[in-house]
Amino acid sequence: MLKIKDLHASVEGKEILTGVNLEVKPGEVHAIMGPNGSGKSTLASVIAGNEDFEITKGTILFEGEDLDEVSPEERAHKGIFLSFQYPVEIPGVSVTNFMKTAINESRKARGQEDMPANQMLKLIREKSELLDIDRKFLSRSLNEGFSGGEKKRNEIFQMAMLEPKMAILDETDSGLDIDALRIVANGVNKLKSKDNAVILITHYQRLLEYIIPDFVHVIHDGKIVKSGTKELALELEEKGYDWLKKEPVA
Amino acid sequence: MDLKEKLVSSFMAFENNVDLDHPIHDIRSEAIKNFETKGFPSRKEEAWKYTSLNSLQKIDFSIFPKEENALEYNHVKKYFLHEIDTYKIVFVDGIYSSFLSETTHDGVDICLMSSALTKPMYKPVIDVYFNKVASKEESLTTLNTAFSREGAYIYIPKNKAPKKPVEILHFATGNEASLMLQPRNLIIVEENAELQVIERHQSLTKNEVLTNSVTEIFAAKDAIVDYYKVQNDTNDASLIDNTYIAQKDKSVVKVHTFSFGGKLTRNNLNFYQDGEYIDSTLKGVTILGEKQHVDHHTLVHHQQPNCESHQDYKGIYGERSTGVFNGKIIVDKIAQKTNAFQQNNNVLISDKATINTKPQLEIFADDVRCSHGCTIGQLDEDAMFYLQSRGIPRKEATGLLMYAFANNVLESVRLPELKKRINKLIATKLGVRLGFDL
Repeated sequence: MLKIKDLHASVEGKEILTGVNLEVKPGEVHAIMGPNGSGKSTLASVIAGNEDFEITKGTILFEGEDLDEVSPEERAHKGIFLSFQYPVEIPGVSVTNFMKTAINESRKARGQEDMPANQMLKLIREKSELLDIDRKFLSRSLNEGFSGGEKKRNEIFQMAMLEPKMAILDETDSGLDIDALRIVANGVNKLKSKDNAVILITHYQRLLEYIIPDFVHVIHDGKIVKSGTKELALELEEKGYDWLKKEPVA
Repeated sequence: MDLKEKLVSSFMAFENNVDLDHPIHDIRSEAIKNFETKGFPSRKEEAWKYTSLNSLQKIDFSIFPKEENALEYNHVKKYFLHEIDTYKIVFVDGIYSSFLSETTHDGVDICLMSSALTKPMYKPVIDVYFNKVASKEESLTTLNTAFSREGAYIYIPKNKAPKKPVEILHFATGNEASLMLQPRNLIIVEENAELQVIERHQSLTKNEVLTNSVTEIFAAKDAIVDYYKVQNDTNDASLIDNTYIAQKDKSVVKVHTFSFGGKLTRNNLNFYQDGEYIDSTLKGVTILGEKQHVDHHTLVHHQQPNCESHQDYKGIYGERSTGVFNGKIIVDKIAQKTNAFQQNNNVLISDKATINTKPQLEIFADDVRCSHGCTIGQLDEDAMFYLQSRGIPRKEATGLLMYAFANNVLESVRLPELKKRINKLIATKLGVRLGFDL
């Protein structure tokens, strides 16, 4: 589904990603872990098409297609979803109207008609219940004045609405208390299928107790330095990240 | 002959048609003298630094329309808030159209300035209120005073509220090659009374129109007034709007100005707080393109303690449009515990668009809370990426962000049908398809 080959990316002349290789197949859950500043969030942003970063070398293939020159909205239409670490506040647009716009724009891109209003309402109701979201919350301005936990839950609600093929969750666990974490993890697990994939970007092992990864990768200084199964996450939790820096790259 | 000379010499002819014994004859004579001395304001004056009236003065405007022009309702229906029932005071080329209007004297007076200025029964009110808050110094206001004859007259007695909102509409038919209009409105809302007004000036052709309008509003103790100005005129129509508002204790007056078009628009909006616990709100949404120009000059004069004022003006400027925001707040020494807020945020969506924004605070009291902020920027790229990453294309995302930016000002609009109308105008003006119903 996703194939990243020798990806180098920089921002304002500073190289952040220094040769990432990663392959994700349908039905898989990958966790990408690493210390602060290692390039985790950059990798997420680059896959989603953030133009703040310049790809200097390497390729990202999604379902066999090179994503170079593909705009962020087109990537979304192809089924890539990024749950933001810091969702942006947009006063004046309600959560509901935002979702309607997003869904109908994606449908338009696929040559479909707008979703009928009653169907949309039903979908919103269904998905908001899945994430235990209060109805009142949906008429509020997008992310404005939301708590950290509300923002993250709202991100997963959007994911549930858009049903992406590949979801990248960037530090979705940060700022969540244990109950919120359970709700979010439960939501993600329910959306998982053999046809879609999830990339979890996290600093801590905590989230991985709820969403079990098939593979764990450790990123350091802009490249993946170690890959393994879920046991690797436990090892990291125990030893921290320092030992990686000393170990020669395998 | 330039426009000033033409106006001054027309005054004699104008006076011959009105009652010379009427008390406002003296007021008019004083006013024309002031205009004759000062003339049109020039860019040398600080208040007119960014707005030039020079090219307008070169146009040979007709001062008095030659004949009465009729309009079919269906032809102009779209300019009315036709989704709901309203009182209507309608003028066609400056002349009252009884056909298009719906006035009332049922417990409230919603009628004509020409009647109020000539019929003896209105004299006591005219004596107390006419030209009492409008400036006797500002040249364009005095020009209007000199020619004041027609416009809307609204009197809401104590504890009353009209059954429906009032629309004041001015149509220019284009039957004159170029026409100057000078409507004069007087609005009195007595103690604990309430009123909602929507005002609109609309030219129907490409012929030049210049409107120099003066509105006086008096809000007595506990009165509530909502005034909406819808400015979406053609690129050949210019408007100088001079609105003066006097507020007494605990009154609440809100003025919303929606500036979406017109060649040159100047809004002089002046609030005078003459009492305690007064609330004044001034809000504006400006969305311009082409070579349109809008100049918002606001004044809030806090003359008594414990009052509030809230100003929030948002502007989106595209193509070669230009905007001005000059917000003056005066807090007198006696006006302790004043809360005065002013915000002006602008987005430039073209390299050739311009905005000049200037807060002007004169605070003489020491126990006050005043805040002001101006911003000029482009759209937030982080927000843009967020929307794009959800599948919303850049063009639509731009529209949605601008819509959201402007839409925030509409929260205080209390007429749902008008809010919807303005929402749609904003969306249309921004040229975006919104993926949801308004």
